[in-house]
Amino acid sequence: MSPLADALLQLLQSVAVVLIAPAVMGWVNICRAWLQNRSAPSLWLPYYTLGKLFHKDAVIANTVSPLFRVTPYVLFGCMWLAAGIVPVLATNLPFAPAADIIALVGLFATARVFSALAAMDTGTSFGGLGARREMMIGFLAEPAMLMTLFTAAFISGSTQLPTIVETLAHREFAIHPSLAFAGVAFLMVLLAENARIPVDNPTTHLELTMLHEAMILEYSARHLALIEWAVAIKLVAYMTIGFALFVPWGIAPAGAWQALPLALAALAVKLAVAGAGLALIETVLAKMRLLLAPEFLSTAFLLAVLGMLTHFLVRG
Amino acid sequence: MLDSPELLAAALTLALSWVGLGVLGLAPLPSGWLRGVLFALGAGVGLALAVVGAQAAWLPAARLVLPLGLPDLPFHLRLDPLGGFFLLLLGAVAAGVSVYAIGYFRSESAARLRLICLQYHVFLAAMAFVVLADDAYLFMVAWETMALASYFLVTTDHRLPAIRSAGFLYLLMAHLGAITILLCFGVMHGGEGDYSFDALRAAQLTPGWASAAFLLALAGFGAKAGLIPLHAWLPEAHPAAPTPVSALMSGVMIKTAIYGLVRVTYDLIGGVRWEWGLLVLVIGAGTTLFGVLYALMQHDLKRLLAYHSVENIGIILLGLGLSMVFIGFGHPAAGVLGLIAALYHTLNHAVFKGLLFLGAGSILHATGLRDLNAMGGLIHRMPATAFYFLIGALAISALPPLNGFVSEWLTFQAALQAPLLEHGVVRSLVPLFAATLALAGALTAMCFVKVFGVAFLGRARHAVSRPIDDAGLAERLGQAWLAALCVVLGLFPAAMLLTLNHVAGSLTGSTLSSEALESSWLWLVPTHAAQASYSPLIFFIVVLAVVLITARLVRLFYHGRVRVADPWDCGFPEQTSRMQDTGDAFGQPVRHVFGPLYLMKRHLPGPEDPAPKYSLKIEDRHWYWLYLPVARAVEFASSRIGLLQRGRISVYLMYSFLTLIALLVFVR
Repeated sequence: MSPLADALLQLLQSVAVVLIAPAVMGWVNICRAWLQNRSAPSLWLPYYTLGKLFHKDAVIANTVSPLFRVTPYVLFGCMWLAAGIVPVLATNLPFAPAADIIALVGLFATARVFSALAAMDTGTSFGGLGARREMMIGFLAEPAMLMTLFTAAFISGSTQLPTIVETLAHREFAIHPSLAFAGVAFLMVLLAENARIPVDNPTTHLELTMLHEAMILEYSARHLALIEWAVAIKLVAYMTIGFALFVPWGIAPAGAWQALPLALAALAVKLAVAGAGLALIETVLAKMRLLLAPEFLSTAFLLAVLGMLTHFLVRG
Repeated sequence: MLDSPELLAAALTLALSWVGLGVLGLAPLPSGWLRGVLFALGAGVGLALAVVGAQAAWLPAARLVLPLGLPDLPFHLRLDPLGGFFLLLLGAVAAGVSVYAIGYFRSESAARLRLICLQYHVFLAAMAFVVLADDAYLFMVAWETMALASYFLVTTDHRLPAIRSAGFLYLLMAHLGAITILLCFGVMHGGEGDYSFDALRAAQLTPGWASAAFLLALAGFGAKAGLIPLHAWLPEAHPAAPTPVSALMSGVMIKTAIYGLVRVTYDLIGGVRWEWGLLVLVIGAGTTLFGVLYALMQHDLKRLLAYHSVENIGIILLGLGLSMVFIGFGHPAAGVLGLIAALYHTLNHAVFKGLLFLGAGSILHATGLRDLNAMGGLIHRMPATAFYFLIGALAISALPPLNGFVSEWLTFQAALQAPLLEHGVVRSLVPLFAATLALAGALTAMCFVKVFGVAFLGRARHAVSRPIDDAGLAERLGQAWLAALCVVLGLFPAAMLLTLNHVAGSLTGSTLSSEALESSWLWLVPTHAAQASYSPLIFFIVVLAVVLITARLVRLFYHGRVRVADPWDCGFPEQTSRMQDTGDAFGQPVRHVFGPLYLMKRHLPGPEDPAPKYSLKIEDRHWYWLYLPVARAVEFASSRIGLLQRGRISVYLMYSFLTLIALLVFVR
């Protein structure tokens, strides 16, 4: 396929992920409302919210430095790049070799550091509290995430997501015990990294329990809109990383344009199922105490390590 | 382009001209001249040395014998790719630090500055000679000169008792290390030939003696590099020195220990064994975690940075250990990757740690503060320093696209070669060391969010009585140079990768795969493009483009209106700047998670306490289980030996008499 078509596909995929991300958020909210016997909001509500926020005047605290105003754009840029790297629809992405899974984890870490710094920038007690808690989740989740990804990297002999997808999608259907361990660990990391129940509650504004919300408390209007959007893209990016590692079927292989509609349909189904699953988890579980988060995430880490050792023991 | 003997001559001239500048400093020049001319020339020498080193890294080794030294052992000099790389590191960092010093020493009196100028330039020259030495004698002379010059620099403020005791501890550890290195040379020598490195290379050691030499080298150089448990002097001595010297000690001096370890292990002993690699990995992992966990507990900025030096030495050791394991098992290509990762991190750490120390020095200069808990909001007063410090903080936190990430990425890639290993246990252990590195990286990010957030962001926690000005031109220039190096080494790693490949090739006789070498300057490919690749430039450009386009689009479709207001006060109007997180508060989650690893002495006030005061003291366990017992044993032994000392001449005459009798009995 020509490089131009590849570039077009790349752009298409990035834009698609960025555009559907709020809808995924909306879908999770719908499922949760159904499960909780509430009447569901519209799927498009997140878009209305974003539009409303973009129209408002931004209120900026008088204590902040320019870093505070740059951060929402940096977060958005990082997540956009993440959306471009993960093979969501097809594996022949020109950007994908620019960052492998380790760089992807680094990208999320960069976003986290910037949001924590912006929180510290406000000079309020909430900002520091949120930043501190977020960085704690970060240092616990990051090693677990890397170990999960390393398990997949050892199976496929590569840290490039497209190569991993092609290797994993084209093996005979067999259950890798190592991938099963890694899958559970990945799910736990996903919940923690995306500030979902049971680690954080995205809908709370209670001082004692806030993590992510405490960090972005000072943001308003377009800055808040960009952050909320970036959070949605991050959730979709994590979900699609999970699809790439654990259910890679349906992603179009290199050079197969005709497989794209199928890939799109597969993606829609996977996202719908994953969103419903997330809503189920969030309905069934309660948020745990903050100080239990280390235990939760060290369990994830140990599971990931077990997965890796299993791979070395059974070689498959 | 010069050929390699000319480069060696140039390097020698440059190193000697540092000595010359130091001696010139003793001349009765006014302070402005000392700083403006001598330190500026010193920076120029550093830059030239970096250029010489960069060229030498690509050329075959050159030798030179100087008619100095002992009767049978003249000084041997040699400049090979490894030496060239370390000269590049030394010169590049020294250039930035010397320029910074022009501004930093502006308030020193001329008399003190003369001594500092002499010691500073002799210190630099000694480090150059450590790298150039090609016999054990010159190496030890340079090594000890380096230790002594830095001791005098550490004790510049020797009127403070704390600094005197830090200096003493440093001197003690430096000499214990030096003795061990001397023993190592003795073991490698094996009783034949002279002490030139060529003779040491040629000596055939049995595996047992080779391992003994390696262990001695690890202990001796480890004491200089700050490996646990030999690190205790480092967080005391590095912060005690004037800031440019702290930057050089943390940035460059401890790297000479890495140089020594690589030189002895790969070059002089030869025949690397995987057991050594495993030992290095274990010590490296311990050092990494220990360093970062204790760094998180510090609130003295320079001490915190010194603990991070311990951590980064651990990361370098992880790379070296991986390399030894792979080479020991007969996978030289993967071993080369580990060595490249280690050397790349050596250079990166020199650059960003130098930069961070300079930033800490500028804060100290502007505010008189080293305690994080008293700072806050400095970004408003010192925007330039804040900007450079932010670059350094992002680089040390191993965030893409800066340089710290590149070397950690390479280390991860080396660890991911683990399936090559046949030994099942080692194969399963290697990825765990990668996990340690991941944990340390994330903890470092937390630590530098704390440092930058508490020092530069938010509101001032403490009223500083003097007006706070940003760093002066020279200080800014020095920081800008190192910050630029962080960015360049991060965005264009391929050139350095090729250079290091040549360096590693000259040591191990093996190189990276041809695909890795033929990839373009844009891509970093350690083995094969299908296996792993990383392009920091594309990475950076995409994020930057999205940021700019988004900002533009938001303005275009909506508006850029902003209202400035007080931050939200939760309905409680009496918000003070003391309600922000302090450095200690920020470390609390780490204290909670890793509590058992710390020796905490905490005082919690009771609810009835009329004057409640919370205090927390965190101490290093090593003091109690290693240093103090040894110190007590030495004290006990010396008190026993002291019994011999009677202070009466008749007793001493009797000792002489008994000795004579004993000698007559034995030596007949």
